[in-house]
Amino acid sequence: MLPFQAVAKAGLKPQLTRMSVNSLRAASSSAGPTKLSVRDALNSAMAEELDRDPEVFLIGEEVAQYNGAYKVSRGLLDKYGPKRIVDTPITEMGFTGLAVGASLAGLKPICEFMTFNFAMQSIDHIINSAAKTLYMSGGKQPCNITFRGPNGAAAGVAAQHSQDYSAWYGSIPGLKVISPYSAEDYKGLFKSAIRDPNPTIFLENELLYNEEFEVSPEVLSPDFTVPIGKAKIEREGTDITIVSHSRNLQFCLEAATILKEKYGVSSEVLNLRSIKPLDVPAIVESVKKTNHLITVEAGFPAFGVGSEICAQVMESEAFDYLDAPVERVTGCEVPTPYAKELEDFAFPDTPTIIRAVEKVLSLKE
Amino acid sequence: MLKFLRPQSRIAARVANARSMASASPSTVSIDLPASSFETYELEQGPELQFETEKETLLQMYKQMVIVRRMEMASDALYKAKKIRGFCHLSVGQEAVAVGIESAITKKDTVITSYRCHGFTYLRGASVKEVQGELMGKRCGVSYGKGGSMHMFTTGFYGGNGIVGAQVPVGAGLAFAHQYRNEKNCTFALYGDGASNQGQVFESFNMAKLWDLPVIFACENNKYGMGTSASRSSAMTEYYKRGQFIPGLKVNGMDVLACYQASKFAKDWTVSGNGPLVMEYETYRYGGHSMSDPGTTYRTREEVQNMRSRNDPIAGLKMHLIELGIATEEELKAYDKEARKYVDKQTKEAELAPPPEAKMDILFEDVYVKGSEPPVLRGRINEDSWSFEKNGFANR
Repeated sequence: MLPFQAVAKAGLKPQLTRMSVNSLRAASSSAGPTKLSVRDALNSAMAEELDRDPEVFLIGEEVAQYNGAYKVSRGLLDKYGPKRIVDTPITEMGFTGLAVGASLAGLKPICEFMTFNFAMQSIDHIINSAAKTLYMSGGKQPCNITFRGPNGAAAGVAAQHSQDYSAWYGSIPGLKVISPYSAEDYKGLFKSAIRDPNPTIFLENELLYNEEFEVSPEVLSPDFTVPIGKAKIEREGTDITIVSHSRNLQFCLEAATILKEKYGVSSEVLNLRSIKPLDVPAIVESVKKTNHLITVEAGFPAFGVGSEICAQVMESEAFDYLDAPVERVTGCEVPTPYAKELEDFAFPDTPTIIRAVEKVLSLKE
Repeated sequence: MLKFLRPQSRIAARVANARSMASASPSTVSIDLPASSFETYELEQGPELQFETEKETLLQMYKQMVIVRRMEMASDALYKAKKIRGFCHLSVGQEAVAVGIESAITKKDTVITSYRCHGFTYLRGASVKEVQGELMGKRCGVSYGKGGSMHMFTTGFYGGNGIVGAQVPVGAGLAFAHQYRNEKNCTFALYGDGASNQGQVFESFNMAKLWDLPVIFACENNKYGMGTSASRSSAMTEYYKRGQFIPGLKVNGMDVLACYQASKFAKDWTVSGNGPLVMEYETYRYGGHSMSDPGTTYRTREEVQNMRSRNDPIAGLKMHLIELGIATEEELKAYDKEARKYVDKQTKEAELAPPPEAKMDILFEDVYVKGSEPPVLRGRINEDSWSFEKNGFANR
């Protein structure tokens, strides 16, 4: 259950472990783009919000002394002390309920799940105690809490530890659901999530923690935020819209490059950033331009994010602009298998995305 | 079978007359509870059996218990007249617990309970009209008609929770917030004997003890979780010992003076840095689990009748008030009448009040905090989708 493997994978060098939030911030004064890893983006986002608001605290398993199961919270205990960086027992339902209670009392907890797979133990509190309370109280009782942790399939951890919950949480009124891709997304959206007065689900991807992205100096500023609910065009194009979120954006961008080289196809790659609210207008605008759409996600196919996008497109003016049916690229309808050969076969990859585009644009035959 | 029925002496607290206390001011009275009022677990010193209290406090408790009971009797009638839909769980018979706790704490302390929450909602500060209005799904309801029977909130009161046991870790979180803010306040997290077997209750015990949270885990043992008696659901029915590593205190929950004294002790204990306390208020519900349960298939009529006639918390306090010379029978009758008048008037007003209008802006209000809503929430058909930016239909 414990992601030893993940920590090993993270391959943290000692000096990196000691790298403080301040050193990250110092970089903001230097001009020009800087490289920022997703892990550091999250770490600095948390530190900045802990600095900004004394009612913000982090609670979860191994977040303090262990520096986070995935080292996302490293250094925070030293800086903020055990009152604000709270190690819990392995007791998801209990500590989630407790964190929700603290937020009902007006505090702003960051509730970390070692992975969202374990949040199934506590989903009652996320939905019944957090998401619905404002409405059930007629607006009297807000619940400003941010649930975060790795979501979706990691590598080689099999079915119980490999599931994408975007669609689960995305279906619940009262929640906001964020699925970031780049370091900029992680930094800016996480800060927005903490500041948002509603319960917010922040779905991370373990496989991206080590990934480094180029960021502008403004991303490193403690004032940098990204609005929730707005998609981002990662690559502009005119022939087909590829909508995705989280780690699959990498494959989409790779596929776009190959499609350009191979067929001269110009793909527009749209990074959803938020699952709820879903930026339907951005999808519609893009489809109006490209007249073709595929969706790409690592979730199960049925009732998924792609399904919702299809329905939204059907109900919008974008339907009239489509020159071909939408194609969904999803995880397979199967519990995640362990063997690498089968695991790779069960999730979207660049060749599969290319096949979907080829089909929608009738590039073969 | 009726082993939990105590002899009359359990409720009949012996009360020392204030006259014999030379130092006592005329506004206070000395109470002497029977030794059977409390049982302790891993607690060196339980609550004192003898204590001084204001006469006014006792009168206030009486009035509150009478109002809560009248209110719930009125809810019972409204339900039977089909004016309340869905669920309705009443606490008739259990009033001493809520009133005892409320009398022992301040508005800065916090309370959270199960769906049997109407008495607490009133005691924490909502009006009878707001409670009845909510039950009838009226806009004047305490949750504006959005919550119903199980979801009532007011200052210092966090529900009302429809999920059995879920309020317990949430309550621990309220206590966490007290501790985080260095407040000298505590949380009463109430749950029933039925909920006591939920895993999350034990998870909460563990964290609360680990972090010394100022929380009182207060089990209202009314003997039945729905229709399952405590002994058929719990391998160990001494609920005050269920905390294992947390001290426990059992109190006669049919005696409001004992409830008051125990709750005061509990508050002092938890805010003095001793960590949590597990309490068991041994009580009894006269009615069924909910309005759809006549409450007669799993217990005998004699059992209910026995509790009503021999252990009733209101009758018990009434007797003390008269014995102590704090009020005459006539004065108490006048309070009863006044309470009935107040409840009837408030209930009538709630009955006459309008329901929320079936309009999109009312339906979609408060799904998210005002000003932070997603641009559009979807209606039954796409055409009905609501735009917060337009404050109108999104697609019309």
